[in-house]
Amino acid sequence: MIRSWTRRWIPMPAQSLILFATWLLLNNTLAPGHILLGAFLALAIPLLVVPMQAPQPRVRSHLRAVRYTLMVLYDILVANFEVAMRVIGPMSKLQPAFVAVPLDIEGTLPITILASTISLTPGTVSAEVSEDRQWLYIHVLHLTDEAQLIAQIKSRYEAPLKEIFGC
Amino acid sequence: MTPVIELIICAFLLLGGIFVLLGSFGLLRLPDFYTRLHTPTKATTLGLAGLLIGSMIYFFVAEQRLVVHELLITLFLLITAPVSAHMLAKAALHHKVRALKRTQGQNLFTAARKRQPPPADN
Amino acid sequence: MLSTTIVIVSALICISLIMNLIRLLRGPDLPDRILALDTLYINSIGLILLFGLYKGSALYFESALLIAMLGFVSTAALCKYLLRGDIIE
Repeated sequence: MIRSWTRRWIPMPAQSLILFATWLLLNNTLAPGHILLGAFLALAIPLLVVPMQAPQPRVRSHLRAVRYTLMVLYDILVANFEVAMRVIGPMSKLQPAFVAVPLDIEGTLPITILASTISLTPGTVSAEVSEDRQWLYIHVLHLTDEAQLIAQIKSRYEAPLKEIFGC
Repeated sequence: MTPVIELIICAFLLLGGIFVLLGSFGLLRLPDFYTRLHTPTKATTLGLAGLLIGSMIYFFVAEQRLVVHELLITLFLLITAPVSAHMLAKAALHHKVRALKRTQGQNLFTAARKRQPPPADN
Repeated sequence: MLSTTIVIVSALICISLIMNLIRLLRGPDLPDRILALDTLYINSIGLILLFGLYKGSALYFESALLIAMLGFVSTAALCKYLLRGDIIE
Protein backbone atom coordinates (compact mmCIF):
# COMPACT_ATOMS: atom_id res chain seq x y z
CA MET A 1 0.00 0.00 0.00
CA ILE A 2 2.85 2.33 0.85
CA ARG A 3 4.34 1.49 -2.50
CA SER A 4 1.30 2.51 -4.51
CA TRP A 5 1.03 5.67 -2.42
CA THR A 6 4.61 6.59 -3.26
CA ARG A 7 4.04 5.90 -6.94
CA ARG A 8 0.94 8.05 -6.93
CA TRP A 9 2.47 11.12 -5.29
CA ILE A 10 6.18 10.82 -6.21
CA PRO A 11 5.98 9.47 -9.77
CA MET A 12 9.55 10.39 -10.75
CA PRO A 13 11.88 10.14 -7.75
CA ALA A 14 15.13 10.55 -9.70
CA GLN A 15 13.89 13.58 -11.60
CA SER A 16 12.56 15.11 -8.36
CA LEU A 17 16.00 14.75 -6.80
CA ILE A 18 17.70 16.35 -9.82
CA LEU A 19 15.21 19.21 -9.76
CA PHE A 20 15.83 19.78 -6.05
CA ALA A 21 19.61 19.74 -6.48
CA THR A 22 19.44 22.08 -9.49
CA TRP A 23 17.29 24.55 -7.58
CA LEU A 24 19.78 24.68 -4.70
CA LEU A 25 22.73 24.95 -7.11
CA LEU A 26 21.09 27.78 -9.04
CA ASN A 27 20.55 29.73 -5.85
CA ASN A 28 23.93 28.67 -4.49
CA THR A 29 22.56 28.41 -0.95
CA LEU A 30 21.42 26.00 1.75
CA ALA A 31 19.03 28.40 3.49
CA PRO A 32 15.96 26.67 5.00
CA GLY A 33 13.58 28.82 2.97
CA HIS A 34 15.15 27.73 -0.31
CA ILE A 35 15.22 24.10 0.81
CA LEU A 36 11.49 24.30 1.52
CA LEU A 37 10.68 26.01 -1.79
CA GLY A 38 12.93 23.61 -3.70
CA ALA A 39 11.28 20.60 -2.08
CA PHE A 40 7.85 21.96 -2.94
CA LEU A 41 8.83 22.52 -6.58
CA ALA A 42 10.52 19.11 -6.81
CA LEU A 43 7.31 17.46 -5.63
CA ALA A 44 4.82 19.62 -7.54
CA ILE A 45 6.39 19.81 -11.01
CA PRO A 46 6.59 16.00 -11.58
CA LEU A 47 2.91 15.73 -10.61
CA LEU A 48 2.06 18.30 -13.28
CA VAL A 49 4.15 16.80 -16.07
CA VAL A 50 3.49 13.08 -15.46
CA PRO A 51 0.57 12.95 -17.98
CA MET A 52 2.90 14.20 -20.73
CA GLN A 53 5.42 11.44 -20.23
CA ALA A 54 5.95 8.94 -23.05
CA PRO A 55 7.21 5.46 -22.13
CA GLN A 56 10.96 5.14 -22.71
CA PRO A 57 13.33 2.18 -22.45
CA ARG A 58 15.10 2.03 -19.10
CA VAL A 59 18.83 2.43 -18.67
CA ARG A 60 20.10 -1.09 -17.98
CA SER A 61 23.70 -0.49 -17.10
CA HIS A 62 24.65 2.76 -15.37
CA LEU A 63 28.36 1.94 -15.47
CA ARG A 64 28.26 1.61 -19.24
CA ALA A 65 26.32 4.88 -19.49
CA VAL A 66 29.05 6.72 -17.55
CA ARG A 67 31.74 5.13 -19.72
CA TYR A 68 29.84 6.14 -22.87
CA THR A 69 29.60 9.75 -21.65
CA LEU A 70 33.35 9.92 -20.96
CA MET A 71 34.14 8.41 -24.35
CA VAL A 72 31.90 10.99 -26.09
CA LEU A 73 33.58 13.84 -24.20
CA TYR A 74 36.99 12.59 -25.30
CA ASP A 75 35.76 12.27 -28.88
CA ILE A 76 34.44 15.84 -28.80
CA LEU A 77 37.92 17.07 -27.88
CA VAL A 78 39.61 15.09 -30.66
CA ALA A 79 36.90 16.00 -33.18
CA ASN A 80 37.40 19.67 -32.56
CA PHE A 81 41.07 19.57 -33.40
CA GLU A 82 40.24 17.67 -36.57
CA VAL A 83 37.54 20.14 -37.64
CA ALA A 84 39.84 23.06 -36.78
CA MET A 85 42.47 21.68 -39.16
CA ARG A 86 39.87 21.33 -41.93
CA VAL A 87 38.64 24.90 -41.40
CA ILE A 88 42.12 26.36 -41.63
CA GLY A 89 43.13 24.14 -44.56
CA PRO A 90 42.32 24.78 -48.22
CA MET A 91 38.62 24.82 -49.10
CA SER A 92 39.05 23.14 -52.49
CA LYS A 93 40.14 19.90 -50.82
CA LEU A 94 36.93 19.68 -48.81
CA GLN A 95 34.72 16.77 -49.81
CA PRO A 96 31.30 17.24 -48.13
CA ALA A 97 28.64 14.54 -48.49
CA PHE A 98 25.20 13.39 -47.43
CA VAL A 99 25.07 9.85 -46.05
CA ALA A 100 22.13 7.68 -44.99
CA VAL A 101 22.95 5.55 -41.96
CA PRO A 102 20.74 2.51 -41.29
CA LEU A 103 19.57 2.37 -37.66
CA ASP A 104 19.41 -0.77 -35.57
CA ILE A 105 18.25 0.78 -32.31
CA GLU A 106 14.63 1.52 -31.57
CA GLY A 107 12.81 4.05 -29.45
CA THR A 108 12.86 7.81 -29.59
CA LEU A 109 15.24 8.37 -26.67
CA PRO A 110 18.12 6.16 -27.89
CA ILE A 111 17.82 7.58 -31.42
CA THR A 112 17.86 11.13 -30.04
CA ILE A 113 20.98 10.39 -28.01
CA LEU A 114 22.66 8.80 -31.03
CA ALA A 115 21.78 11.78 -33.24
CA SER A 116 23.08 14.25 -30.65
CA THR A 117 26.31 12.28 -30.28
CA ILE A 118 26.78 12.30 -34.04
CA SER A 119 26.19 16.05 -34.13
CA LEU A 120 28.83 16.65 -31.47
CA THR A 121 31.56 14.38 -32.85
CA PRO A 122 33.93 14.17 -35.87
CA GLY A 123 32.76 16.33 -38.75
CA THR A 124 29.20 14.99 -38.86
CA VAL A 125 25.81 16.62 -38.26
CA SER A 126 22.59 14.64 -38.18
CA ALA A 127 20.01 16.31 -40.37
CA GLU A 128 16.88 14.18 -40.52
CA VAL A 129 15.46 10.82 -39.52
CA SER A 130 13.13 8.86 -41.79
CA GLU A 131 9.54 8.43 -40.69
CA ASP A 132 9.87 4.71 -39.99
CA ARG A 133 12.95 5.43 -37.85
CA GLN A 134 15.14 3.10 -39.90
CA TRP A 135 17.45 5.67 -41.48
CA LEU A 136 19.37 8.63 -40.18
CA TYR A 137 20.50 11.25 -42.69
CA ILE A 138 23.78 12.91 -41.77
CA HIS A 139 25.94 15.55 -43.38
CA VAL A 140 29.69 14.91 -43.38
CA LEU A 141 32.23 17.72 -43.63
CA HIS A 142 34.92 15.61 -45.27
CA LEU A 143 34.07 12.13 -46.53
CA THR A 144 36.85 9.71 -47.44
CA ASP A 145 35.14 6.32 -47.20
CA GLU A 146 31.38 6.00 -46.77
CA ALA A 147 31.31 2.35 -45.69
CA GLN A 148 34.05 2.91 -43.14
CA LEU A 149 32.25 5.94 -41.67
CA ILE A 150 28.99 4.01 -41.27
CA ALA A 151 30.83 1.07 -39.72
CA GLN A 152 32.60 3.40 -37.30
CA ILE A 153 29.35 5.06 -36.19
CA LYS A 154 27.72 1.68 -35.73
CA SER A 155 30.53 0.11 -33.73
CA ARG A 156 31.61 3.14 -31.71
CA TYR A 157 28.32 4.78 -30.79
CA GLU A 158 25.38 2.59 -31.70
CA ALA A 159 26.59 -0.68 -30.16
CA PRO A 160 27.27 0.81 -26.68
CA LEU A 161 23.87 2.55 -26.75
CA LYS A 162 22.27 -0.75 -27.64
CA GLU A 163 23.89 -2.34 -24.61
CA ILE A 164 22.95 0.55 -22.33
CA PHE A 165 19.28 0.45 -23.25
CA GLY A 166 19.13 -3.25 -23.99
CA CYS A 167 17.11 -2.95 -27.20
CA MET B 1 47.03 32.49 -6.07
CA THR B 2 50.11 30.56 -7.12
CA PRO B 3 51.62 31.14 -10.58
CA VAL B 4 50.94 27.55 -11.59
CA ILE B 5 47.20 27.87 -11.05
CA GLU B 6 47.21 31.22 -12.83
CA LEU B 7 48.97 29.59 -15.75
CA ILE B 8 46.38 26.81 -15.88
CA ILE B 9 43.53 29.35 -15.86
CA CYS B 10 45.21 31.35 -18.62
CA ALA B 11 45.68 28.21 -20.71
CA PHE B 12 42.00 27.30 -20.41
CA LEU B 13 40.90 30.84 -21.28
CA LEU B 14 43.22 31.05 -24.28
CA LEU B 15 42.14 27.65 -25.57
CA GLY B 16 38.51 28.69 -25.21
CA GLY B 17 39.09 31.98 -27.00
CA ILE B 18 40.92 30.32 -29.87
CA PHE B 19 38.16 27.76 -30.37
CA VAL B 20 35.45 30.43 -30.30
CA LEU B 21 37.42 32.36 -32.92
CA LEU B 22 37.81 29.22 -35.04
CA GLY B 23 34.07 28.58 -34.84
CA SER B 24 33.26 32.03 -36.18
CA PHE B 25 36.06 31.84 -38.73
CA GLY B 26 34.56 28.63 -40.09
CA LEU B 27 31.13 30.25 -40.14
CA LEU B 28 32.52 33.01 -42.30
CA ARG B 29 34.80 30.96 -44.53
CA LEU B 30 33.13 27.64 -45.35
CA PRO B 31 31.42 27.53 -48.73
CA ASP B 32 27.82 26.36 -48.15
CA PHE B 33 25.22 26.21 -45.39
CA TYR B 34 25.59 22.54 -44.52
CA THR B 35 29.35 22.78 -44.03
CA ARG B 36 28.91 26.04 -42.12
CA LEU B 37 26.68 24.18 -39.70
CA HIS B 38 29.66 22.15 -38.45
CA THR B 39 31.90 24.70 -36.81
CA PRO B 40 29.50 26.70 -34.62
CA THR B 41 28.03 23.55 -33.09
CA LYS B 42 31.36 21.98 -32.24
CA ALA B 43 34.11 24.56 -31.94
CA THR B 44 32.02 27.24 -30.25
CA THR B 45 30.61 24.82 -27.69
CA LEU B 46 34.08 23.55 -26.80
CA GLY B 47 35.45 27.10 -26.70
CA LEU B 48 32.79 28.21 -24.27
CA ALA B 49 33.38 25.11 -22.16
CA GLY B 50 37.06 26.10 -21.94
CA LEU B 51 36.16 29.63 -20.84
CA LEU B 52 33.71 28.31 -18.26
CA ILE B 53 36.16 25.82 -16.78
CA GLY B 54 38.79 28.56 -16.55
CA SER B 55 36.48 30.91 -14.71
CA MET B 56 35.29 28.10 -12.43
CA ILE B 57 38.88 27.39 -11.35
CA TYR B 58 39.43 31.12 -10.83
CA PHE B 59 36.45 31.60 -8.55
CA PHE B 60 37.22 28.37 -6.71
CA VAL B 61 40.77 29.48 -5.96
CA ALA B 62 40.33 33.24 -5.52
CA GLU B 63 37.12 33.33 -3.52
CA GLN B 64 37.19 29.89 -1.92
CA ARG B 65 33.71 29.03 -3.04
CA LEU B 66 32.30 26.71 -5.59
CA VAL B 67 30.35 28.56 -8.28
CA VAL B 68 28.35 25.86 -10.00
CA HIS B 69 26.53 28.09 -12.47
CA GLU B 70 29.35 27.50 -14.94
CA LEU B 71 28.79 23.78 -14.80
CA LEU B 72 25.08 24.29 -15.39
CA ILE B 73 25.74 26.58 -18.36
CA THR B 74 28.24 24.11 -19.86
CA LEU B 75 25.79 21.24 -19.49
CA PHE B 76 22.99 23.32 -20.96
CA LEU B 77 25.09 24.28 -23.98
CA LEU B 78 26.24 20.70 -24.50
CA ILE B 79 22.63 19.51 -24.53
CA THR B 80 21.20 22.30 -26.67
CA ALA B 81 23.94 22.62 -29.32
CA PRO B 82 23.08 19.40 -31.20
CA VAL B 83 19.36 20.12 -30.89
CA SER B 84 19.62 23.54 -32.50
CA ALA B 85 21.99 22.17 -35.15
CA HIS B 86 19.50 19.44 -35.98
CA MET B 87 16.62 21.93 -36.21
CA LEU B 88 18.65 24.25 -38.44
CA ALA B 89 19.60 21.38 -40.75
CA LYS B 90 15.97 20.34 -40.92
CA ALA B 91 14.83 23.88 -41.69
CA ALA B 92 17.49 24.18 -44.40
CA LEU B 93 16.48 20.85 -45.97
CA HIS B 94 12.85 21.87 -46.07
CA HIS B 95 13.73 25.26 -47.49
CA LYS B 96 15.74 23.54 -50.24
CA VAL B 97 18.90 25.45 -49.38
CA ARG B 98 21.36 24.45 -52.06
CA ALA B 99 24.44 22.46 -51.14
CA LEU B 100 27.89 22.81 -52.66
CA LYS B 101 28.01 21.36 -56.18
CA ARG B 102 30.55 18.68 -55.39
CA THR B 103 28.63 17.40 -52.36
CA GLN B 104 28.23 13.65 -52.69
CA GLY B 105 24.92 11.89 -52.18
CA GLN B 106 22.68 14.77 -53.26
CA ASN B 107 20.17 12.23 -54.51
CA LEU B 108 19.27 11.69 -50.85
CA PHE B 109 17.92 15.24 -50.65
CA THR B 110 14.34 14.57 -51.71
CA ALA B 111 14.07 11.42 -49.63
CA ALA B 112 15.40 13.21 -46.54
CA ARG B 113 12.99 16.09 -47.06
CA LYS B 114 10.02 13.75 -47.24
CA ARG B 115 11.40 11.62 -44.39
CA GLN B 116 11.36 8.55 -46.64
CA PRO B 117 13.95 5.75 -46.67
CA PRO B 118 16.75 6.40 -49.20
CA PRO B 119 16.21 5.36 -52.84
CA ALA B 120 16.90 1.68 -53.47
CA ASP B 121 19.93 2.02 -55.74
CA ASN B 122 21.92 3.59 -52.93
CA MET C 1 49.24 37.78 -16.26
CA LEU C 2 45.61 36.91 -15.81
CA SER C 3 44.29 40.37 -16.63
CA THR C 4 46.38 40.48 -19.81
CA THR C 5 45.04 37.09 -20.88
CA ILE C 6 41.48 38.23 -20.22
CA VAL C 7 41.98 41.27 -22.46
CA ILE C 8 43.53 39.13 -25.22
CA VAL C 9 40.72 36.56 -25.11
CA SER C 10 38.13 39.37 -25.12
CA ALA C 11 39.75 40.73 -28.26
CA LEU C 12 39.57 37.26 -29.87
CA ILE C 13 35.88 37.01 -29.04
CA CYS C 14 35.20 40.52 -30.37
CA ILE C 15 36.83 39.54 -33.68
CA SER C 16 34.61 36.46 -33.85
CA LEU C 17 31.56 38.61 -33.06
CA ILE C 18 32.41 40.80 -36.06
CA MET C 19 32.79 37.69 -38.25
CA ASN C 20 29.36 36.51 -37.12
CA LEU C 21 27.92 39.92 -37.89
CA ILE C 22 29.33 39.81 -41.44
CA ARG C 23 27.74 36.39 -41.94
CA LEU C 24 24.48 37.68 -40.47
CA LEU C 25 24.36 40.54 -42.94
CA ARG C 26 25.65 38.61 -45.94
CA GLY C 27 24.20 35.11 -45.41
CA PRO C 28 22.44 34.17 -48.64
CA ASP C 29 19.62 32.18 -47.01
CA LEU C 30 17.46 32.51 -43.92
CA PRO C 31 18.97 29.46 -42.13
CA ASP C 32 22.39 31.06 -42.56
CA ARG C 33 21.22 34.15 -40.75
CA ILE C 34 19.66 32.13 -37.94
CA LEU C 35 22.89 30.17 -37.56
CA ALA C 36 24.86 33.41 -37.35
CA LEU C 37 22.44 34.73 -34.71
CA ASP C 38 22.83 31.49 -32.75
CA THR C 39 26.62 31.79 -32.79
CA LEU C 40 26.35 35.48 -31.92
CA TYR C 41 24.51 34.83 -28.67
CA ILE C 42 26.83 32.00 -27.65
CA ASN C 43 29.85 34.25 -28.21
CA SER C 44 28.25 37.06 -26.24
CA ILE C 45 27.86 34.64 -23.31
CA GLY C 46 31.64 34.19 -23.47
CA LEU C 47 32.15 37.96 -23.45
CA ILE C 48 29.92 38.39 -20.39
CA LEU C 49 31.79 35.62 -18.56
CA LEU C 50 35.10 37.30 -19.27
CA PHE C 51 33.75 40.61 -18.02
CA GLY C 52 32.61 38.92 -14.81
CA LEU C 53 36.07 37.41 -14.45
CA TYR C 54 37.67 40.82 -15.04
CA LYS C 55 35.51 42.42 -12.36
CA GLY C 56 35.92 39.42 -10.07
CA SER C 57 32.18 39.15 -9.54
CA ALA C 58 30.13 35.98 -9.89
CA LEU C 59 26.94 37.97 -10.44
CA TYR C 60 27.30 37.93 -14.22
CA PHE C 61 26.71 34.19 -14.41
CA GLU C 62 23.02 34.75 -13.82
CA SER C 63 22.75 36.88 -16.94
CA ALA C 64 24.86 34.36 -18.89
CA LEU C 65 22.49 31.57 -17.90
CA LEU C 66 19.49 33.69 -18.90
CA ILE C 67 21.00 34.52 -22.29
CA ALA C 68 21.81 30.84 -22.90
CA MET C 69 18.20 29.79 -22.21
CA LEU C 70 16.53 32.62 -24.14
CA GLY C 71 18.92 32.16 -27.06
CA PHE C 72 18.17 28.48 -27.41
CA VAL C 73 14.43 29.05 -27.20
CA SER C 74 14.57 31.80 -29.82
CA THR C 75 16.63 29.64 -32.21
CA ALA C 76 14.18 26.78 -31.78
CA ALA C 77 11.22 29.11 -32.35
CA LEU C 78 12.74 30.61 -35.50
CA CYS C 79 13.45 27.13 -36.92
CA LYS C 80 9.93 26.01 -36.13
CA TYR C 81 8.62 29.09 -37.90
CA LEU C 82 10.66 28.29 -41.01
CA LEU C 83 9.47 24.68 -40.99
CA ARG C 84 5.84 25.56 -40.49
CA GLY C 85 5.89 28.22 -43.19
CA ASP C 86 7.01 25.52 -45.57
CA ILE C 87 4.17 23.20 -44.62
CA ILE C 88 1.51 25.86 -45.23
CA GLU C 89 3.06 26.60 -48.62
